[in-house]
Amino acid sequence: MSEPERDEHSGIETTGHEWDGIRELDNPLPRWWLWIFYGCILVAVVYWVLMPAWPGLNGYTPGVLKQSDRADVAEQLSALRVQRGRGEAMLATATLQQIEADPALQAHALSVGQSVFGDNCATCHGAGGGGTRGYPNLRDDVWLWGGTLEEIEHTLRVGVRSAHPKTRTSQMPAFGRDNMLTAGQVSDLTEYVVRLSGRPADPAAVGRAQQLYADNCAACHTPTGVGDRLVGAPNLTDREWLYGSDRDSIRGQIQNGRNGVMPTWEGRFSPGVIKALAVYVHVNAGGGEASGAAPAAP
Amino acid sequence: MTIIIDRTRDRSTRTGAVSVAEKQREKTRPTGLYKARVPIYPKLVNGRWRWIKWALLIVMLAIYYITPWIRWDRPGALPDQAVLVDFDGGRFYFFMIQLWPQEVYFITGLLVLAALSLFLVTALFGRLWCGYACPQTVWTDLYIHVERMFEGDRNARMRLDAVPMSFNKLWRKAGKHAVWIGVAFGTGGAWIFYFHDAPDLIRTFWVGTAPMTAYVSCAILTFTTYVFAGHMREQVCTYMCPWPRIQGAMLDEQSFQVTYRYDRGEPRGPHKKAESWEGRGDCIDCNQCVVVCPMGIDIRDGAQLECINCGLCIDACNEVMEKVGRPRGLIAYDTDAAVATRNCGRKPQHRLIRPRTLYYGIALAVVSGLMIWGFATRKTIDVHALRDRNPASVRLHDGAVRNGYTLKIANHGFEPATVEVRYAGVPGAILRSPGRPASNPLRLGVDPNRVTSVRVFVTAPAAATEGVDDSRPATFEIRSGDEVETVRTAFEFGEAR
Repeated sequence: MSEPERDEHSGIETTGHEWDGIRELDNPLPRWWLWIFYGCILVAVVYWVLMPAWPGLNGYTPGVLKQSDRADVAEQLSALRVQRGRGEAMLATATLQQIEADPALQAHALSVGQSVFGDNCATCHGAGGGGTRGYPNLRDDVWLWGGTLEEIEHTLRVGVRSAHPKTRTSQMPAFGRDNMLTAGQVSDLTEYVVRLSGRPADPAAVGRAQQLYADNCAACHTPTGVGDRLVGAPNLTDREWLYGSDRDSIRGQIQNGRNGVMPTWEGRFSPGVIKALAVYVHVNAGGGEASGAAPAAP
Repeated sequence: MTIIIDRTRDRSTRTGAVSVAEKQREKTRPTGLYKARVPIYPKLVNGRWRWIKWALLIVMLAIYYITPWIRWDRPGALPDQAVLVDFDGGRFYFFMIQLWPQEVYFITGLLVLAALSLFLVTALFGRLWCGYACPQTVWTDLYIHVERMFEGDRNARMRLDAVPMSFNKLWRKAGKHAVWIGVAFGTGGAWIFYFHDAPDLIRTFWVGTAPMTAYVSCAILTFTTYVFAGHMREQVCTYMCPWPRIQGAMLDEQSFQVTYRYDRGEPRGPHKKAESWEGRGDCIDCNQCVVVCPMGIDIRDGAQLECINCGLCIDACNEVMEKVGRPRGLIAYDTDAAVATRNCGRKPQHRLIRPRTLYYGIALAVVSGLMIWGFATRKTIDVHALRDRNPASVRLHDGAVRNGYTLKIANHGFEPATVEVRYAGVPGAILRSPGRPASNPLRLGVDPNRVTSVRVFVTAPAAATEGVDDSRPATFEIRSGDEVETVRTAFEFGEAR
């Protein structure tokens, strides 16, 4: 080892580190710093005794205080359940209209609804409820089964074509696949439906399909095509199409008659949560009156 | 101009006592990884600066202890404490000002102001903060006073520490520590009143039902006060505090500091009554400036890291100068430049206005102006509009387009308010908030002292959407009394069909 270097000015040894000619002096540490170091060691020893610290072959040393994050979490969860119980009680006793009209209750229902919707409904209806092909958009004003608070709550409870005994149900037959109509007739009906929604269509085909529509479709979709909310028959005259608006999509639906399923949530959620969900869906649909079956000029 | 005071002079050629700091340097120079504290026994001194220090000590402690007990009437269930940091409620109350957590920039501004003031004052007058206002200085002064009451002044204390343990020594030491701990507990105890309602906390604290944080904070501050002011004292300043190191960048040769006027004092040496003052300095090397120093340094070594500029050596030296019949002010608040100029036989000039002080002054004025502007234009109602992104827009059955927004309306006031919401940017747009009666403009009730979150839907009629397939800028205008807040947002028309 070389001779320790000394600073000329102060006579103190240097550490040998140098930056642009500035050398670090090796001044002694203050004694109290050493005490803090010993103090930290002491704290560590006390910690080993009090808190879970050392791993063993079968578990670990639990410590004198028996501190356990698991137990803490369980305690916090049960406290949370108590707190949620209070909110639930409020939701359970109030009517849907009361919940929506009271700012505090509405805010509570929206936060409950948002989390329940995200976990259970978003898979099909999308995180924002915007829907996609085959899964209804819950944010607009088109409702197959009605868009009032009560109707939404009812749909949530019983589902659509679900296992619930009182389920909402309707059936679009597979006219083509089940040979009820010929391919030509399906094509003619497609033109008729396109015309119903106010778009240009082949007049000859529309004329041929007039009787076909009256015989096969008008029972549910009504003669003017505005649909019937009581049987869940979609309005064919508006701009909203569950399975697509182009000719191929419409032809495919007449041919194969797809019928979506919405499960029943009764029994899976408490009535309060179902109410919260209904309010959440209703508020995010603008809270207005549903217009799915509103008359519109074909 | 740079003044170099040579501290490396061979000590053996110097006579008289040496400062504690110098002794410490000597002692540890050869070896040793750790350095024990060399005890300092500051002697009591009387004089102008000592009295200023006593007065400021009382003022500082009074502010600290009394502030949480000042009441300030606020409506409803809001706390009636003038100064309160309410962590539970997430509010900071300061007399008529009430700050929310999102307004923490006011606190930041206050800290910036504090730092700039410190810079300016230091550049002008040296470390006034360190010498008079810093809690470490104030409490250390108080603790030394207590020590003096039990153990006597410097010489008595040194003798007491040197003798073996006896009953006399025991009760004096025990008494001192007991009072120290009492003061420390008072300090920690007063701190917690800033965070809870004081009259309520003082009761719950003693019956054991106060929050655990109150007890822990009180215990920690009791401990740190006792250790810092009782045992560590000047070591906190020299080892722990960053300010002594930063001040080097603030001070220059024109800054007023506690200065030994070597032009007058040197050559120093003992002086007998009959001797002439011809050909020698006024410093009689009596060492009084060293024995009164709470930092244990010798001011005659020049400006140094340890010096807190408390001015006690000025008082001590003035006393001596009067006794020996020389003019006062051998040690005084002066600038290095002035001393050097005088040393060359010229008349010194003090320059308070320098580029440095101008910069600090301008920065201080700018930040103060920003703070005042911020407070003056602060609104009672603060609104944010969050536009729905999923879905960004919804097309209704008749071709109309609807956008959803969440309005976050913060009411900083203490009274409930009704705001009127208007929407501009889309012709014929209809505003609705589910669950609230439809009206134009939309009227919303907002609770006091909290944020109300409201879902608002804007529908553009089919006629307004024909051929539009992009987003258009739009604004919410929220009116509450005379206050109008305009929030910029956008209306998304979605795909044209």
